[in-house]
Amino acid sequence: MLSIKNLHVVVGETEIIKGLSLEVPAGEVHAVMGPNGAGKSTLSYAIAGRPGYGVTEGAVSLDGEDLLALDPSERAAKGVFLSFQYPLEIPGVPGLTFLRTALNAQRKARGEDEIAAPAFLKLAREKAAALKIDFDMLKRPLNVGFSGGEKKRMEIFQMAMLSPRLLILDETDSGLDIDALRIVSEGVNAMRSADRAMLVITHYQRLLDYIRPDRVHVLADGRIAASGGPELALELEREGYDKYAKAAA
Amino acid sequence: MSLASALATGDVAELPSRRQEDWRWSDLRGLLRTLPAASPPGDAARLGEGAFGALADEQVVFLNGRRVTGEAEIAVKAGAERTIALRFVSQASGTSHHARLALTLAPGARAVLLESYEGQGEAYVADVALDIRLGEGARLERIVLVEEAGDAVAVSTAEVALAPGADFAQTVLTRGAKRQRHETRVHHGGGGARLRLDGVYLLDGPRHGDLTTAVTHEASDGVTRQLTKGAVRGASRAVFQGRIVVREGADRTDARMGHHALILSDRAEVDAKPELEIYADDVACAHGNTVGALDEDALFYARSRGIPEPQARAMLTEAFVGEVVDRIEHGGARHVARAWVAARLRGEP
Repeated sequence: MLSIKNLHVVVGETEIIKGLSLEVPAGEVHAVMGPNGAGKSTLSYAIAGRPGYGVTEGAVSLDGEDLLALDPSERAAKGVFLSFQYPLEIPGVPGLTFLRTALNAQRKARGEDEIAAPAFLKLAREKAAALKIDFDMLKRPLNVGFSGGEKKRMEIFQMAMLSPRLLILDETDSGLDIDALRIVSEGVNAMRSADRAMLVITHYQRLLDYIRPDRVHVLADGRIAASGGPELALELEREGYDKYAKAAA
Repeated sequence: MSLASALATGDVAELPSRRQEDWRWSDLRGLLRTLPAASPPGDAARLGEGAFGALADEQVVFLNGRRVTGEAEIAVKAGAERTIALRFVSQASGTSHHARLALTLAPGARAVLLESYEGQGEAYVADVALDIRLGEGARLERIVLVEEAGDAVAVSTAEVALAPGADFAQTVLTRGAKRQRHETRVHHGGGGARLRLDGVYLLDGPRHGDLTTAVTHEASDGVTRQLTKGAVRGASRAVFQGRIVVREGADRTDARMGHHALILSDRAEVDAKPELEIYADDVACAHGNTVGALDEDALFYARSRGIPEPQARAMLTEAFVGEVVDRIEHGGARHVARAWVAARLRGEP
């Protein structure tokens, strides 16, 4: 599914990702954990194609298709979805309008027909109810004036509506209380399937109590410093990142 | 000095020039070396239904400066309620014309004016002068859609006088021209009059568009709400000049002016001059002016959801000016304005 080989990413003049390799097969959930400044968000932005995150070396592909050659919107149409650590506010554009525009743009890029308004609204009602999102909230400008928790729920809602193949969750637990964390995690878990891959990027082990990973990777100084099973997350929680940070330095 | 007097006298020295402070960004003297000949009559068969279509009950149409349909002077009687389409159509090629019209609302009268500038010709010079008077408690909503030809020079000036308790709301939408100016001068002559004075400009290519307003509060308790938003692309140039003068004795005036612009290309330019002159003591006046680019983070966010960059830019720009369009009260006109904004941002001819 997702294959990253020897990835180097430069932001400004600084190399943040320094030869990172990672394989996430379809059907699996992989966690990437690491201390602040290790390059976790840079990794997610590089996969999504954010301007300013320059790939100087290496390859990123989804089912064998080179993602780096594609525009961010084309990557989305191929099935890449990044749940932002800090979702943006879009003044003047109602959530539903934004999402219908996005969904139809993706469908158009894939050569599919546009989704009709009634079918879209039915789907939106269904998905919003599952995430305990008040439907009226979707008529308001996207994320404008929303709390941190509401914004994260909107991210998962968008994810559910767009039905991507590769889900990247960047610090999705930040700013969430326990109830919101449970709702969001249930939303994510509902999307686990044999033909999807997930990359869960997090600083804390807490989220992984709810979204159980198949593999855990430690990101330190722009590289994968260690990989293991779910037990690795518990070890990190006990012992911290010190030994990896030191090894990297 | 004005384009009208230059056209009337044939004297280019009458043209407003950059030496006049109010015209320094929309110089006509330097642009027009000679004054073109007077336009011939146009072809009324080619008029079409106009920008606002069937929204109005009645039409007043000027073709190449000549009135071809409707009354010579529009007078809305007390108690009456009318929706009037006022069309200024230019079919001329390389010639010039001028039109003048008075619109009067009797006390308590109500009207909606759907005013359109429709360029069906090329390289013409067009001037329009309107004299609008609102009687006591009268209400007028004026929606102006400026669609001049890209190589036209066009000026429209309205003098608006408000009696006590009158309510005037205006929204101008323009895409500019070779040189285009829409000027509105409002006099709060009576106490307690209300004014909404809005504008949207969406300019592209080499077009120039100028929205100039001058509001004078001469009596107490007047309210002015002004919001202009626009976006410039290509090598276009927008001008916003907004002046609010609060005369001595115009106490408890409440005036707010906002102008906010997006510059979407390196070669585009926005010149803005908001001015408040206050000679009364007990007033609330404020203005805000911002010029910037689209939010790159929001743009990436939209792209990451699958919206291609040009479409994402158009969506964010449409939302930006949408705040002004949403203030149009006439539902049909608001719909036309929204469609116009969307079409402009799609780059339709």
